[in-house]
Amino acid sequence: MSVVDISRWQFGITTVYHFILVPLTIGLAPLIAVMQTVWHRTGNEQWLRATKFFGKIFLINFALGVATGIVQEFQFGMNWSEYSRYVADVFGAPLALEALMAFFLESTFIGLWMFGWGRLPRRVHLACIWLVAIGVNASAYFIVAANSWMQHPVGVEWDPERGRPAMNNFIAVITNNTTLVAFPHVIMGAFLTASTVVAIVGLWWMARNTYRASKIEEAAKLGDESIIPDTSSPSQVGASPAQLRHDNATLWRPVSIFALWVVIGSGLGLFVTGDMQAQIMFKQQPMKMAAAESLCETETGASFSVLSVGRQNNCDNIEHIITIPNMLSFLADHNFNSTVQGVNELQKQYEEALNMPGQNFAPNLFVTYWSFRAMITWALGSVVVAFGGLWFLRKKRSDVPRWFGRLVLWMLPTPFLANASGWIFTEMGRQPWVVVPNWADADGDPLRIHMLVQDGVSNHTSPMVWTTLIGFTLLYGALGVVWFYLERRYVIEGPSDKDAAAPDVGSDDDESAELSFAY
Amino acid sequence: MSLENFWFLVIAVLFTMYFVLEGFDFGVGMLMSFLGRHSEPDGDKRRRVLLNTIGPVWDGNEVWLLTGGGALFAAFGGWYATMFSAFYLPLFLILIGLIVRVVAIEWRGKINDVRWRRWCDVGIGLGSWIPAILWGVAFANVVRGLPIDADHQYTGGFFNLLNPYALLGGATTLLAFLTHGAVFVALKTSGQMRDDAQTFAARLAIPTAVVAAAFLIWTQLAYGEAWTWAIVVIAAVAAVGMVVATAARREGWAFVATCIAIAGTIAMLFGSLFPDVLPSTTDAAYDLTVANTSSSHYTLVIMTWAAAIMTPVVIAYQGYSYWIFRKRLSVDQIPPSIGLPLQSTRK
Repeated sequence: MSVVDISRWQFGITTVYHFILVPLTIGLAPLIAVMQTVWHRTGNEQWLRATKFFGKIFLINFALGVATGIVQEFQFGMNWSEYSRYVADVFGAPLALEALMAFFLESTFIGLWMFGWGRLPRRVHLACIWLVAIGVNASAYFIVAANSWMQHPVGVEWDPERGRPAMNNFIAVITNNTTLVAFPHVIMGAFLTASTVVAIVGLWWMARNTYRASKIEEAAKLGDESIIPDTSSPSQVGASPAQLRHDNATLWRPVSIFALWVVIGSGLGLFVTGDMQAQIMFKQQPMKMAAAESLCETETGASFSVLSVGRQNNCDNIEHIITIPNMLSFLADHNFNSTVQGVNELQKQYEEALNMPGQNFAPNLFVTYWSFRAMITWALGSVVVAFGGLWFLRKKRSDVPRWFGRLVLWMLPTPFLANASGWIFTEMGRQPWVVVPNWADADGDPLRIHMLVQDGVSNHTSPMVWTTLIGFTLLYGALGVVWFYLERRYVIEGPSDKDAAAPDVGSDDDESAELSFAY
Repeated sequence: MSLENFWFLVIAVLFTMYFVLEGFDFGVGMLMSFLGRHSEPDGDKRRRVLLNTIGPVWDGNEVWLLTGGGALFAAFGGWYATMFSAFYLPLFLILIGLIVRVVAIEWRGKINDVRWRRWCDVGIGLGSWIPAILWGVAFANVVRGLPIDADHQYTGGFFNLLNPYALLGGATTLLAFLTHGAVFVALKTSGQMRDDAQTFAARLAIPTAVVAAAFLIWTQLAYGEAWTWAIVVIAAVAAVGMVVATAARREGWAFVATCIAIAGTIAMLFGSLFPDVLPSTTDAAYDLTVANTSSSHYTLVIMTWAAAIMTPVVIAYQGYSYWIFRKRLSVDQIPPSIGLPLQSTRK
């Protein structure tokens, strides 16, 4: 493989890995903040138990999210130095602002939240988790703004002296229309991820408690204790059926209902923002959307392809098997009869407009086609959880059958896969560009500002880049296994009864008091 | 002062903050294998005391690096691009170290098992030793200059970076962070830990001062300007202060001295560099300078506004965090581990 290919694989692997963890952090921080707020306002200690239980899951995830994020800040300069030189004037600003306005906020206040139980006044401690939630969401805004600029460069003019774009309108950069639709889409995806995880954990625990309660009752009837399933979870050990049902009704049910409604809300949000994104993309990155549909020839009243076969990553032998007539035109601009340009026509246009004959401007059609469909399909996992969960919890019910508890566990990876698929589509759909020429705003000289991926890479030898690719992949892989092990252990352990009691805000003079939290 | 020069100063300040604040974090990490080496169960409590002296703040300290990196990208893209691609393998090793350290610190207490903790301690150690040495090597090489061609491309290899001057730089940061960490621990603990940290700092102060003095004088003679003698003098006074204060077991003053000494060393490096940002050893005409790597005036104006508004806020809330957790820690205050057993026990 060439250095460009190795570098692309490296950036892809490290970014996708980072973004397995990021959505859970972005979505879970506000959910935990809400849980703590409910406890603060109502004094209901079940919400404190939930806060602490999901807080542990959040912190295990936060650590690896931070660790994998550090790499990204440096990777631009390390592997893509030509790109960095070219875009520094505009791309560096959101990155620096992200650190200055968001990273400091979240890292400082997560420390205060973690160690501040029983040391900070409750109101201040609650403010800490809200500031963390604001910080993680703000950081997403800045980095999505930076990414959106690569997809749709605005707020710049050509600087002939330096031979690269110069920023001339910062407001335009951070209010890029691509950012304004991509950011809510990303945030809704993150909320969907976190709320699906919370709902699944809640429903699985309810199914577990329901099953255990029925087994204990059965054992009492038969006089045979051996049919009671083993458990090491403190909230189950020695608990009577009544206690287990009480836990379901007072802890898991409210938490799950809350999460399930967030799933519904963010699902609707994803639908709306996804539609807005698609319309913008048809105008500004027509090639990406043509590739997503494997639409090779320009069509009026184009149909949406549900299934196609025979695919290489080019237009040679694509056969659409199932299609929805006129649907693609509708997606493009809400008009069933509009004309959608195909890959072949766009290819000719680009060669001419950019005066680059022979350059292939189409992305890998196979990956763009299927990642787009995978994103939508995986999102249905959350729909299953949401409708199933709300059905079983209707009208104050809090018994969940065992089979449903197992089914929702299988849905656990789906929002993560949907997020990854969406980003793979967005990023691989802009190939071969690293800075896509701005097709929509034809005034001025927007087509001047663009960069092909192969022109952005650093001039390293391939053994060097192989070293870092293999190094990061192995380390990330190993840490991923540990992360999964820890999360699994803590979910199965369940909430601790000790966590139901609020820690006292001790007097400040007590020098020898035990810390309420220590590493 | 032109905006380009002002941003050179901002970059210098950001990295100075990073090394002063993260310096004692690295020091504490390295001290896990000195001050933390005790028979069990006391050893683990001592290591936890060490870790908890930086517990609530180390993550925020590390962000100074990310901000420094981001600011470098925003204000001097050419510098960022050439430096980070030139230091490819050292940065890779530093990143591996930082990744391992983050997760080792956060996950150490999650599982209550001796071998688990031992692996985490290895991670914390690696993540503290590697950056503590390599940051010094990297910054000394920046001052010394790199083989850079007319296109601002680095033409050397990994072993170009391991020259005597740079290695002395690495030894300087290593010893300085170790002493800084010991003094910080003395300041943040009470009882036996405090005594031990004081003793450790007092023993380390003289070799640290000697190595740092050699590095500073080499820097001054080879790359310094007339005015940077002032920094050398300040750093030297701070180093003497560090030796005296650690010997007298006055860790408050010693901490002030190590802060000034580290800040002085970083200031010395940036001061000797200016107005270059990365000199070329191939040809002086190929030097990267403040002028030929900076972003446009407009970008710098935007960044100046953002920094002017946000930096005081950041310093205020980080200061608040340090104030909240200002109390000394002792072994008695460490609660029993709340980690889960390695494997779930069936009941």
